[in-house]
Amino acid sequence: MSTAADIEQTDQAGSTEKVDLKKRRFLVATTSVIGAAGAAAMAVPFLTSFSPSERARAAGAPVEADLTKVQPGQLLRVEWRGKPVWIVRRTEEMLKLLPENDSRLRDPNSEVESQQPPYAKNKHRSIKPEYLILVGICTHLGCSPTYRPELAPADLGENWNGGWYCPCHGSRFDLAGRVFQNVPAPTNLVVPPHYYLSESKVLIGEEKKEA
Amino acid sequence: MKKLITLGLILLAAPVSLFASGAGLHLDKADIDLSNTASLQRGFKYFTNYCYGCHSIGLTRYSRIGEDLGIPKEVLKSEVVFARDEKGEPVKVGSYMKTAMSKSYGDEAFGKAPPDLSVTARARGADWIYTYLRSFYLDPSRPLGVNNTAFDNVGMPHVLWELQGWQILKKGDEHGEAHGGADELVLVSPGTVPPVQYDQIVRDITNFLTYLAEPVREKRLQTGVFVMLFLFIFFVAAYFLKKEYWKDVH
Amino acid sequence: MNKVLAWVDQRLPIIKPLEEHLTKYYAPKNFNFWYYFGSLAMLVLVIQIVSGIFLTMHYKPDAATAFASVEYIMREVPGGWFIRYMHSTGASAFFIVIYLHMFRGLIYGSYKTPRELIWIFGMFIYLALMAEAFMGYLLPWGQMSYWGAQVIVNLFGAIPGIGPDLAVWVRGDFVVSDATLNRFFALHVIAVPLALIGLILLHIMALHQVGSNNPDGVEIKKLKDENGNPVDGIPFHPYYTVKDVMGVAVFLIFFFAILFFAPEGGGYFIEHANFVPANPLQTPEHIAPVWYFTPFYTVLRAVPDPFLGVLAMGAAVVILFFLPWIDRNPIKSWRYRSKLHTFSILYFVAAFIWLGYLGIEPVTEFNSEMGLRLTEVYFAFFVVMWFSSKKRSAATSLIVFAVVMGLIVAWDLMRVGSLNPSMVWPALAVPGVYLVVTLLFPIFTNWDAEKEVPQRVTG
Repeated sequence: MSTAADIEQTDQAGSTEKVDLKKRRFLVATTSVIGAAGAAAMAVPFLTSFSPSERARAAGAPVEADLTKVQPGQLLRVEWRGKPVWIVRRTEEMLKLLPENDSRLRDPNSEVESQQPPYAKNKHRSIKPEYLILVGICTHLGCSPTYRPELAPADLGENWNGGWYCPCHGSRFDLAGRVFQNVPAPTNLVVPPHYYLSESKVLIGEEKKEA
Repeated sequence: MKKLITLGLILLAAPVSLFASGAGLHLDKADIDLSNTASLQRGFKYFTNYCYGCHSIGLTRYSRIGEDLGIPKEVLKSEVVFARDEKGEPVKVGSYMKTAMSKSYGDEAFGKAPPDLSVTARARGADWIYTYLRSFYLDPSRPLGVNNTAFDNVGMPHVLWELQGWQILKKGDEHGEAHGGADELVLVSPGTVPPVQYDQIVRDITNFLTYLAEPVREKRLQTGVFVMLFLFIFFVAAYFLKKEYWKDVH
Repeated sequence: MNKVLAWVDQRLPIIKPLEEHLTKYYAPKNFNFWYYFGSLAMLVLVIQIVSGIFLTMHYKPDAATAFASVEYIMREVPGGWFIRYMHSTGASAFFIVIYLHMFRGLIYGSYKTPRELIWIFGMFIYLALMAEAFMGYLLPWGQMSYWGAQVIVNLFGAIPGIGPDLAVWVRGDFVVSDATLNRFFALHVIAVPLALIGLILLHIMALHQVGSNNPDGVEIKKLKDENGNPVDGIPFHPYYTVKDVMGVAVFLIFFFAILFFAPEGGGYFIEHANFVPANPLQTPEHIAPVWYFTPFYTVLRAVPDPFLGVLAMGAAVVILFFLPWIDRNPIKSWRYRSKLHTFSILYFVAAFIWLGYLGIEPVTEFNSEMGLRLTEVYFAFFVVMWFSSKKRSAATSLIVFAVVMGLIVAWDLMRVGSLNPSMVWPALAVPGVYLVVTLLFPIFTNWDAEKEVPQRVTG
């Protein structure tokens, strides 16, 4: 086979012979592509070894919480995936005061989809109005806000109807975990996936499976 | 090229053939099948019923075994996950399988706490486990009344005695094989299952423990086949590439 | 692309070193099978470093958790089993490749002028590799890890005077313990690898300074064409790059075959007893070092006195450093040296392999006798090599033979009292045959005749 790509080359013995450059390019390309594919495949186990191991996943398994332990107005902390999860049993008054905050909130109607599952996209941001379940991590830079249920304390002003105050950068949230305007936190606190196993038991970290 | 392959084969074969020789004890072939999920599930069941009271398999989680052996979480929860941890909290499906027996209690009761069996199959081999579990015999000189031909002066009781029944050791005579008289285990009081079925039970347990010692084994072998095929293709490409360039030299 | 390259090249040497070490590094064109192992050693080094880095992300250098953390990697870390097997298989692969690489140097005289420094750096690499492997083997904290380390560290204890204190100092405790594990971990993952990489750089720099040897032992730089390139040389790239890529493919087929289908290597790459967690109160029934140490371990056991044993083992390694000065014959390749030289090398290699085999076998009367006899061959090899470097008269040959044999027999007479004479005396044949053939045959045969070395490479 003789094509324009052929060139003549002198080898050590001084005789000339044709070198098929096309063939060489093809072979180099083929070997390189296969080699690169192999290297990429080799990289897979190394890269996946960075993702959470079974230990991390077992520690991140859903947790059960017993609601009978929570008194009205109180907050119960449980750990899920190493993060604090709050369960607040809100009183009638607390729930009544929630709409008052609406005009001062950034996202009063929980429009930001990522912050709660669909079943918690309502006025009180929970399945049962009484029990609020939140991931206790500020949506600003990850501090855990302080629970301040009292009304109008000196440091938080007259309009305070109870909620959370983040000591790191001063973000404020109401008792539905909704963020106030003019604070650093951009979005409402996250409601984790959860469902009720029974009247008094809730499983945090898992959606109810469609039966 | 040929030399390279021959050398590789020798290097591959050498350790295998060396390993074949060794160990004086005669071991029966366990003849297990790691792809037999039903056998593994039965083995797991026997293990939790008969062994797990004393032996941990603390490097593995209930949930991992469930996933690998196709046992749903609900079944695990209702049938297997009963233990409590050191703090007295009930363990979870995602917990490591640590036995309820404490080490100090084990040390006191058996002289030496029953070992964790997670990787025992890799230390001892499947054939040894299979032989061991079938080699208990009555020996009044021992504190627990039993001994084992595969594990002299064993500290473990024969937990499967109800199934197997009791064996005694019939000593071969002085001249041994000349009279066809090697040591022999004889069943003197039958158990609830016939010997063939007992062997199958032991085989299932052995199968499970072998799986447990290396849960990734099946995946490893499957991946290996693909890697071999791929490398062969890579070799062919590299071979022709080399040949093409080396035309210049020869 | 070229512009960027040119810009960088003005500020950082890129093109020149690439040319020097690849495209314009002229290697002899007659490299054969044995010349794959240098680049394969580099490949295994990369495998070990990369897999090692990822293992340290999950491994716990703590006596209480080390064993479980290895099994954690094997079971729970995604892809962890692959990375771990890569590292454990790579350890043995490293020694296989290095031993073959050293054998290549031995048969083709690659340690001779002007390549003495390459050989010496190579020997330091080998030493560093042994240290690396030894300390790495403790990390899984199994029974073999533990007792292997215990035995080897106790060798330091055999040194008179400072020995016991030295052993305690190395361990940081009175037995191998958490402190030992922690320091071995630090040395294994940082200190020794750094030293290794430095030594490998020196090894390659020294090689590229003087150029590669080849199976004919011809210096290709002596004969150059009109462009100043060696007539018998070809540029490393593309010729040896494509050839090495093919070699890599073959090597990886064997490497991954072991990794995926026999990662325990029949109990030699990962020993069975190492699946039992370390127990300082109970030694396993049969302990043996990992296979790549066993030849030297047998030398150690062949000498009854502990300190002399350690000395013998040390000498067996150290003597290799002096090979360039022990072998003073100017002919490099065994192709052109005498039949007796070939015989001597093969006898030596067989003895080395057999020594390795004995190191994993339990000690019996026969095994220790053979261990001693093969150790005698091991050291006799260097004496013979030194002596046969030059043409010798019949008289001197006889004298040297008498002296060496005399020493061996004298030792036998001293020790035979407590042993079975019907085993000691026949076993004398092992070094006896070797010495008779290599030292006495030249007197009445022409097997010591050497061939003329060609001016150009063959094939």
